[in-house]
Amino acid sequence: MTQLDTRSDASATVVRRAAPPATALPAARRDVVPLLLAPILALAMLPLLSLPTWITLTAAGLAMGMMIFLVASGLTLVFGLMNVLNFGHGAFVTVGAYTATLVLLPMRGSLDADSLGANLGALGLAALLAMAVTALLGWAFERVVIMPVYGQHLKQILITMGGMIVSEQLINVIWGAEAIPLPLPAALRGAIFLGDAPVEKYRLLAVAVGMLVFAAMVMTLNRSRIGLLIRAGVENGDMVESLGYRIRRLFVGVFAAGSALAGLGGVMWGLYKETLSASMGSDLLVTVFIVVIVGGLGSVEGCFIGAVLMALVQNYAGFLAPKLNLVSNVALMILILLWRPAGVYTKGKL
Amino acid sequence: MPIRLLSGDLPRSRPLSGALLLIALGLALAPFLFSGARPLNTAATICVYVVLVASYDLLLGYTGIVSFAHTMFYGIGAYGVGIALASSDEPGWAIMLAGLALALLLTVVLALVIGLFALRVRAIFYAMITLAVAASFGVLASQLSDFTGGEDGRTFSVPALLSPGFTPLEHAVFGRVVDGRLITYYIVFFGSLLLFLFLLRLVNSPFGRVLQAIRENEFRAEALGYRTVVYRVLANVLAAVVAALAGALMALWLRYVGPKTMLGFEVMTDILLIVVIGGMGTMYGAVIGAFLFILAQNYLKTLMGQASDALAGVPMLAAAVHPDRWMLWLGVLFVLSVYFFPIGIVGKLRLRRLRG
Repeated sequence: MTQLDTRSDASATVVRRAAPPATALPAARRDVVPLLLAPILALAMLPLLSLPTWITLTAAGLAMGMMIFLVASGLTLVFGLMNVLNFGHGAFVTVGAYTATLVLLPMRGSLDADSLGANLGALGLAALLAMAVTALLGWAFERVVIMPVYGQHLKQILITMGGMIVSEQLINVIWGAEAIPLPLPAALRGAIFLGDAPVEKYRLLAVAVGMLVFAAMVMTLNRSRIGLLIRAGVENGDMVESLGYRIRRLFVGVFAAGSALAGLGGVMWGLYKETLSASMGSDLLVTVFIVVIVGGLGSVEGCFIGAVLMALVQNYAGFLAPKLNLVSNVALMILILLWRPAGVYTKGKL
Repeated sequence: MPIRLLSGDLPRSRPLSGALLLIALGLALAPFLFSGARPLNTAATICVYVVLVASYDLLLGYTGIVSFAHTMFYGIGAYGVGIALASSDEPGWAIMLAGLALALLLTVVLALVIGLFALRVRAIFYAMITLAVAASFGVLASQLSDFTGGEDGRTFSVPALLSPGFTPLEHAVFGRVVDGRLITYYIVFFGSLLLFLFLLRLVNSPFGRVLQAIRENEFRAEALGYRTVVYRVLANVLAAVVAALAGALMALWLRYVGPKTMLGFEVMTDILLIVVIGGMGTMYGAVIGAFLFILAQNYLKTLMGQASDALAGVPMLAAAVHPDRWMLWLGVLFVLSVYFFPIGIVGKLRLRRLRG
């Protein structure tokens, strides 16, 4: 059976090679300008800062950007595919972080042990549980809360806002209203030195996780069949439906995956902040929205660029002019929107 | 005459008229009906919230714009009055009005900029952008602590006429000593009444009809020749100005401005809840909604505290009815009412009359 498949694949390739695409569409031109924004910004900051400070700030910005990307990517995918803007997305962040404490607090022992393996094991377990719970919650949320209001933006905004209020309060009911301290695992505390520049170890982990997820997402979207369907669905959902694919099932899957990513982002963010509070999700949501707007609704690549750009701006601004920290985000958003009114990359229907 | 005062927009439901009349009378006579600071405080808050919510309804219910920046304008109005009065040793009317004028100017400019910037895009985009801008503004207000008092906010004294120590009359009127507090209450009450009647006039004017047309079908309104962007920007500016005035009244009443009470996201969720529960697209919904909500906020919490004490043995349930968790129940009510009750209390009452 497998042999047969390979053979038919091979013959298909041969056929394609035999008949060169005479009427093929010209390849879309790659739009590289947005990709250069973050490096240009980083280089432009170099003369203003000493080299060690620059390295520390850039690493911190990258780490923060990756974590925000984790949260924002799900939101933007769900929007691109289903045309649903989930104002309750922040709730998954909070739930993910709080769920992780169910693993992390009892496993104090292996977290305090000075072994990277045991630390990462416990962290991985916590992240897996958090992702499983948030995926399940996302699935239920889509079924129960969002399904009745497809296509009605006003109601979507109100309903998902309501969902967020309720979930925030429920977390207070279950875990209590006090903020929960969440110390970093022993092996991830402290910093390593790149030359004179201290870079916190945890930030390196965050960058690694973020890059990994981004790579996995890009691969899935661009190389797999599911990804093909998702991209087609973002372009034209009705067409994919009429080709006989159950786009509804795809929707739910993407929603659950997006929620799981938000959950993962929540665990990472909670460890970064080292305290959890019920409002952490809604606090982060503002930043996430800015990233999604900057990146262009529905575009994962844009979202990645937006997240890195925004985190870098915030870190540099936080160092150079601390008072203007959060306002720098809005300034970035305004500048980008003046340049490209729909964000750097636009997918889907705007 | 009363019909003209209400711009011909009658409640159109007997229970609704009764309830509105009772609320109006209750608020008008509150200082004489109740004693103590708490009921009067509740009444003043209701007055201000009616205006705040009604001005938000102009956006959400009448024009179909979802904005999260409404508290920003409310806060600007409040801070304008507050900072002006706090900055002078001799708090007088002139400096207060100057502060208010500056605040209104800032409001108009900001509303215009945000509006022109974002109203050309879809509702969902606008909601996100306003949320981001409002959040940044809140952070800015709490960061510039030299100017705004930071997280603690600022207390200030009001012009002598409004301070509690001012008693122009020797004898009591209807058993109530006439003091600055009473005068302040009536400034808040009549200010709110005027603003509310203005909003009612606005939504029943040709301008208001165009807004409703835009809400129903923007494409058609555009096709009829209305410049929808202009109308939406105007609605945005008007709603913002009224919100700023409501904020100024609130600051005058509280003699305090702070980021939590004026700019906090809780205020925004309160407004959303009240609009939906009262009824979107009906100015009277703001009155009914604000009345019920503020009453519940002030008195239901006490009740929940008692219930929580009674259930002290049951772990989850006691936490669920803890007075701090009252937003949980309101949130559930909110979601349910968006699904099953989207026209709100006022809409439901009017519908009953139409069917009846």
